[in-house]
Amino acid sequence: MTDSGFRLKGSVVTTILLEIQFFSLNDIVYHLKEKIDQVPHFFNQAPIIIDISKMKRGITLEEFETLIQSVSGLGLGVIGWRCDPENLPVWKSSVTIPLLPASKARAISNAATPKEEVSPDVVVKTVVEERLVPQSTKVISKPIRSGQQVYAEGDLIVLAQVSAGAEVLADGNIHVYGALRGRALAGVKGDVEARIFCKSMEAELVSIAGNFMLTDALQDIVWKDSAQVLLVDDNLEIAPL
Amino acid sequence: MAKIIVVTSGKGGVGKTTSSAAIGTGIALKGHKTVIIDFDVGLRNLDLIMGCERRVVYDFVNVINKEATLSQALIKDKRTKNLFILPASQTRDKDALTIEGVQEVLEELAKEFEYIICDSPAGIEKGAQMALYFADAAIVVTNPEVSSVRDSDRILGILQSKSRRAEEGKEPIEEHLLLTRYHPGRVALGEMLSVSDVEDILAIPLLGVIPESEAVLKASNQGTPVILDTISEAGMAYGDAVDRLMGEERPLRFLEVQKKGFIKRLLGG
Repeated sequence: MTDSGFRLKGSVVTTILLEIQFFSLNDIVYHLKEKIDQVPHFFNQAPIIIDISKMKRGITLEEFETLIQSVSGLGLGVIGWRCDPENLPVWKSSVTIPLLPASKARAISNAATPKEEVSPDVVVKTVVEERLVPQSTKVISKPIRSGQQVYAEGDLIVLAQVSAGAEVLADGNIHVYGALRGRALAGVKGDVEARIFCKSMEAELVSIAGNFMLTDALQDIVWKDSAQVLLVDDNLEIAPL
Repeated sequence: MAKIIVVTSGKGGVGKTTSSAAIGTGIALKGHKTVIIDFDVGLRNLDLIMGCERRVVYDFVNVINKEATLSQALIKDKRTKNLFILPASQTRDKDALTIEGVQEVLEELAKEFEYIICDSPAGIEKGAQMALYFADAAIVVTNPEVSSVRDSDRILGILQSKSRRAEEGKEPIEEHLLLTRYHPGRVALGEMLSVSDVEDILAIPLLGVIPESEAVLKASNQGTPVILDTISEAGMAYGDAVDRLMGEERPLRFLEVQKKGFIKRLLGG
């Protein structure tokens, strides 16, 4: 299996999206630097994607290359760019960084909400901004059945079971006061402090800020018993309660 | 006011139509005027199980399309008093059903009947959603195996989110679990989920457990609801389930492995 010296694997990583609305290099660099200075450790070498799909007026290749250089110059790692697939620029294959597939509808609708807080020309969607919004707790008292999906912007409390094939997601913590048989994803916007608590761990998948573990691995640690899931130095830790 | 009960499962072949026929007959036997509607447009089976396939002239879709009146389409059961069947169309598909059309038919039936049993098609698509949309109660038919239990869980989610009661924010649909094709011997060997396993996963009240029985196939082929076979275990178990549905207390039967008697063993029976 390891004859080749490597293995190819899929991975999900939380990144920052820089959504450009119109090109004004000085303003973008100025406001972005301001954001970075607020939490420099968070942005240091952080992966970032430049999204030009919201630009009403197009952008030239030179302008785009300068933008990439300026963003890199601020200490961010530009890993790719995105564009409206209907509106791809002619120079698309000349760009040195990879073109990533357009985001799904959910990401677009999320981008629409926090508009008031950010400067008009740059939308930086980061964990830090999400935390500024007061988090509400969602309480569900009925079982969450196979095929159902529940998402909470803050914490999620389920007073019944989460069936196999169901999915619960929260920006914050997830509490399940019943059997957790489906998938539970806490800290979906990147909160590494989020945790999952459940009365009976029988999950298909648990994830915190994109770090996940599947049934097979869980069975060896805690199974059909109360447990909490937390992230310690980028590693998921499952502890009995 | 009539009570609308949907018999549903998600998965096919678990015994929805058999259960609809048996429970509908059981309720009618208790003196309540009952109608069973076949929602499986295009794959009509209820009339076969009820043994009235030769008497089908007009069907549910004809009534929805106003090509026939309800009284023309309703078939009166020959064996059981108070029991009527509204057959599905064999030549149409599920698109022939509309929410407005179904509602109109149900409202008219509600004037005359006490219980309306909706025999749902398999799946979670339009036909199944149409059958459960107006329900007051649901009987979720499940076999003791994982895929059937998973599909039942899915349909329970749909009952909670896509029914009229859910959409109008009324009291949720009353849920009942009916476990069919239960084989105590195979449960003991660990080849089948036990009653408590299924109850644990689905977390809804148990209406009854119908043991796997040759009587069911025999009854289907003869076009007689199995509940009328009162000496078979399946028939008796359906009888118990109907009693519980009517609010009576009945202990669960036929959950243990039957020990063969000495004589039976001797005769190889």
